[in-house]
Amino acid sequence: MPSKLIYLMHTIATLKKGEKGIILEFEIDEIPLKFIEMGCLPGNHVELVQFAPFHDPLYININGSYVAIRKETAERILIKRTN
Amino acid sequence: MSINLLKVALIGNPNTGKTSVFNHLTGLNQQVGNYPGITVEKKIGYCKLTRHKKAKIIDLPGTYSLNASSLDESVVIELLMNKNNEDYPDVAIVVSEVENLKRNLLLFTQIKDLGIPTILVINMSDRMKRKGISLDIPVLEAELKTKIALTSSRKNEGMEDIKLLLQQYRSLPNEPCLDTSKIDTEYFDRLKKAFPNQSLYKLWLVITQDVNFGKVEKHPFEGVGSFVTKSSSELKRLQQKETIARYKFINDTLKKGYVVDKSKATDLRGILDRVLMHYIFGYVIFFGILLLIFQAMFDWSSIPMDFIDTSFASLAEWVKHTLPKGVFTNLLADGIITGLGGIVIFIPQIAFLFLFISVLEESGYMSRVVFLMDRIMRRFGLSGKSVVPLISGTACAIPAIMATRNIENWKERLITILVTPFTTCSARLPVYAIIIALVIPDQRILWIFNAQGLTLMSLYMLGFGSALISAYILNKTLKIKSKSYFVIEMPNYKLPLLKNVLINVLEKTKSFVFEAGKIILAISIILWFLASYGPGEQFNNAEEIVRAEVKNQELSTRDIDNKVASFKLEHSYIGIVGKTIEPIIQPLGYDWKIGIALATSFAAREVFIGTLATIYSVGSADDLGTIKSRMAEEVHLSTGKKVFTLSSGISLLLFYAFAMQCMSTLAIVKRETKSWKWPLIQLFGMSAIAYVVALIAFQLLK
Repeated sequence: MPSKLIYLMHTIATLKKGEKGIILEFEIDEIPLKFIEMGCLPGNHVELVQFAPFHDPLYININGSYVAIRKETAERILIKRTN
Repeated sequence: MSINLLKVALIGNPNTGKTSVFNHLTGLNQQVGNYPGITVEKKIGYCKLTRHKKAKIIDLPGTYSLNASSLDESVVIELLMNKNNEDYPDVAIVVSEVENLKRNLLLFTQIKDLGIPTILVINMSDRMKRKGISLDIPVLEAELKTKIALTSSRKNEGMEDIKLLLQQYRSLPNEPCLDTSKIDTEYFDRLKKAFPNQSLYKLWLVITQDVNFGKVEKHPFEGVGSFVTKSSSELKRLQQKETIARYKFINDTLKKGYVVDKSKATDLRGILDRVLMHYIFGYVIFFGILLLIFQAMFDWSSIPMDFIDTSFASLAEWVKHTLPKGVFTNLLADGIITGLGGIVIFIPQIAFLFLFISVLEESGYMSRVVFLMDRIMRRFGLSGKSVVPLISGTACAIPAIMATRNIENWKERLITILVTPFTTCSARLPVYAIIIALVIPDQRILWIFNAQGLTLMSLYMLGFGSALISAYILNKTLKIKSKSYFVIEMPNYKLPLLKNVLINVLEKTKSFVFEAGKIILAISIILWFLASYGPGEQFNNAEEIVRAEVKNQELSTRDIDNKVASFKLEHSYIGIVGKTIEPIIQPLGYDWKIGIALATSFAAREVFIGTLATIYSVGSADDLGTIKSRMAEEVHLSTGKKVFTLSSGISLLLFYAFAMQCMSTLAIVKRETKSWKWPLIQLFGMSAIAYVVALIAFQLLK
């Protein structure tokens, strides 16, 4: 699946400030259920609002909710960039 | 009049204004208690509906869903699952917020599926216009199978609508929003066969709670354990499927009744975030706010503290002079009133601290601080969420340790609990103040800095520093595996509501006074007893012995009385304890009298001065000037050298900076960690550090 390889390059952690994407998939055991319930679900939109020094944690808008997560969690969520 | 007390549960996500709604509905008609066995606050308030009907409203802790990941959240599930609970609600009110309706409705659909009659409150309607949102309430009511009250807790609007809906709760539709069993029909069919009389959704909740938290009592469903046949990741995948199904339902519903016109929206969040979360200014502003908090705690609060101090002293004096002399009067004046004064004196500082913390939390700023500090704190094995406990620790470690509950990662939470008592709590302050005044010269260094002020500041820095260093060491040595779960909502900025802030400050202060107060008061009474009674001839005949000794000296009656009191103390139970531990503490530069104060301080640090006051027989602890001059004159009997010198003073300051001297904190740590292991590690670990550091300091400076 060559297309998937390209997606692998992009996670929430690779987004730049103001960039948006759509969540593709993630390994469910690595993601807290609370975050899933806040809207981290395949197909939902995500935007990087801001990041703290060292690019960690990340402040994102996911499915309309404003949430901060750590880089190590963000790195596990594959996305497709939309802008 | 079939029922005149309607039981209502108030449920909602954090940051929806749930507590403001509660405050509006109940006014100051609230009671705060604890859930049995745990220290989660249980808030109950009453609200009059009609002349014959009252509602008993329970404000449940904020939760994002019915899948608990913390102690606070599990309280919600346990109440809603157990029909036999005395507080099991007749009606549930789910509070949501107009801007985050989508996410808030997730919890709403779960509550509906439990089969409890549910009212939906859509709060913060005052923001609709600014955000370009419009709602079609009748459509939403039909789709969500509920009744909706549109409210604005900021403007106190819509509260009557809630009361009206509560009165008509019997007409609320009861059917669920979703059919959970569709996520895995085969599995749910099996469940249904095994438990034909139970709600499938409740069974499902019981089975899945273990995945994240695991604290729901299982007795209502005997044998359900055999159904946890799926692995935890399989169950979690099903939970994800459930969440997707719920959001699909919610999105379909909102498409019909919720419109946002983005062009009309104004963006305050973006502007404030750019400044407050800036990678330089963000930190500058945060430290500025910290400085302001400390200024308030140590400067502004000294005025009411002095007032409380003198009031209690004169009250004790008045009691002594007015009531007939006797054991009871002494207990009242020296034990109880002095003990109460020791608690009340901390109220101004604690109230100031909670005033700032609740303003910062209400405004939404605290989440930004967590965001800014997370990376830095993680280097020490802590979390961004450890910042609030560490700041609160400067008032009192007890509320600080309770504030660690929202740290998801157990290791980070445990380390925060373990190191919080290093921060300089307000109970250390009086000890620091008197010793600094005694041994540090009141002079300027480099023209501007006052030496005494600098010493005090260094002690605060030492507190934070040792908290961070020990966190770093604990992080490297503790072998606890826990996933780095860290999720925090960045709520909208809001102007804090004065009413909420004041109620919060009142409550927090009250719970401190009662929780810590009980222990401090008990210790004061025990201390009074141990210092007022002693075994053997010497204690009983103190008066004659002293009088015989001073026969040839020209002394006033007052001086003789003081000498008698001092002699009695030496031969009282507590005096014997002091004499026994003297060899251990001599290398630190202390004598047996300081030893007594040190020993009693293990109950609570603030009794140090009271104990010294009793020991140096100046009668009242509140006459600081007299105690100070008395301490300054104190000499070692054998050598004739002064007891309080720079070396012994510094040694004492360092001992108090490190030692774990607070029974209330140990009790809270035991409750929060559910084991004696951690409080004992704190007690012996911190006190050992204190001993070694004080020893080194004294031996070097001697």
